[in-house]
Amino acid sequence: MTAVLEGLGVAVPQRVVTNLDLERVLDTSDEWIRTRTGIGERRVADPGVATADLAVEAGARALKSAGGGPVDMVVVATTSPDRVVPATAPEVASRIGLEPVAAFDLNAVCSGFVYALAVAAGMLDGHATQRVLVIGAETLSRITDPADRSTAVLFGDGGGAAVLRRGEPGESGAFGPFDLGSDGSMADSLAMPAGGSRRPASTSTLTGREHYMRLDGKAVYRHAIARMVASSRAALDAARLSAGDIDRFVGHQANLRILDAVADRLGIAPQRRVVNVDRYGNTSAASIPLALADAQLAPGQRVLLTAFGGGFTWGATTLTWPRLATV
Amino acid sequence: MSAVYDRVKELLVEKFGVSADEVSPETTFEELDLDSLDLVEFAMAAEEELGVRISDEEAETIATVGDAAKLLEEKGANVGGA
Repeated sequence: MTAVLEGLGVAVPQRVVTNLDLERVLDTSDEWIRTRTGIGERRVADPGVATADLAVEAGARALKSAGGGPVDMVVVATTSPDRVVPATAPEVASRIGLEPVAAFDLNAVCSGFVYALAVAAGMLDGHATQRVLVIGAETLSRITDPADRSTAVLFGDGGGAAVLRRGEPGESGAFGPFDLGSDGSMADSLAMPAGGSRRPASTSTLTGREHYMRLDGKAVYRHAIARMVASSRAALDAARLSAGDIDRFVGHQANLRILDAVADRLGIAPQRRVVNVDRYGNTSAASIPLALADAQLAPGQRVLLTAFGGGFTWGATTLTWPRLATV
Repeated sequence: MSAVYDRVKELLVEKFGVSADEVSPETTFEELDLDSLDLVEFAMAAEEELGVRISDEEAETIATVGDAAKLLEEKGANVGGA
């Protein structure tokens, strides 16, 4: 028994913020942003649009691509939920018309989508679950300090979703084994310091701009490369595959130089790596489905997925691309 | 120059596309068009190739190729036979 990909859908805000737009309001430049990150522009949700709105749109499209029908569970991977309490997923499930399905959020930051796929695959391995809707959606613009040039250039908003069903390992769309991991000693390297139980919201957290993400770029850069390489190797080994078997490499879209460094260390040719970080920036849990939807994958192609994010968390898996209806 | 310096130069040429005749002990990473992320990758490459762990803080103290070689020597870089 294994999880099989049956549908894929995405949703991105219309509004585009280019590097030139950021040059006008921050001490940064298009050249600096492009050489350090590979990012040229990102999408930003209009005021009033929240993560659930992108999740609903992406989730409904994924279900349509999968031919509609019921699901037994909705998992929303996000690090920018609509509220701290309750989770975003129940609202998303209701608005898609899936009530009273099981629904919960999963926070593994930028590794969230890979983690959520693994959780779905685990549930499908039991008997009670036939089909799961996995959504990764973020409005990172809401937790990014517009005055912080080290983070404001990096992040974007978006959503992506996949429908997974029970199936057999040999099927088109079948996922291979997952590798997941974490290192909580690095928690402060990518964090929103306040708003949780450690530092509840107060006047001082507000004036200290502690409700925005803070990033130690060098630590993240170094660990991201090392962890995604090791996790990819573990997922490949578990699937009895080598890097040479991989037709397309879909890494978390945070930084083009990280993607290049990971692909290079794995021995995957540059033309096999999927890149859309130039157009969307880092959309955290939404980046993997957005990249999958953008990649124009052909049925039968062997795909390697890997992600790394705050926590630190990381994960990897493989799948054989199925024939999907585009919506 | 030391064996460690020669190995550092090799790493820069092999992994960072630097041409060998650009490199001297006094050459800065900046002059080689290498930025702070390249320096992080250089530290990772040094760890992988020479078995020496350079922290991000230590990497920040590196300005020139000679600085990098000196730091690696102090930390006991093993270049085989040296």
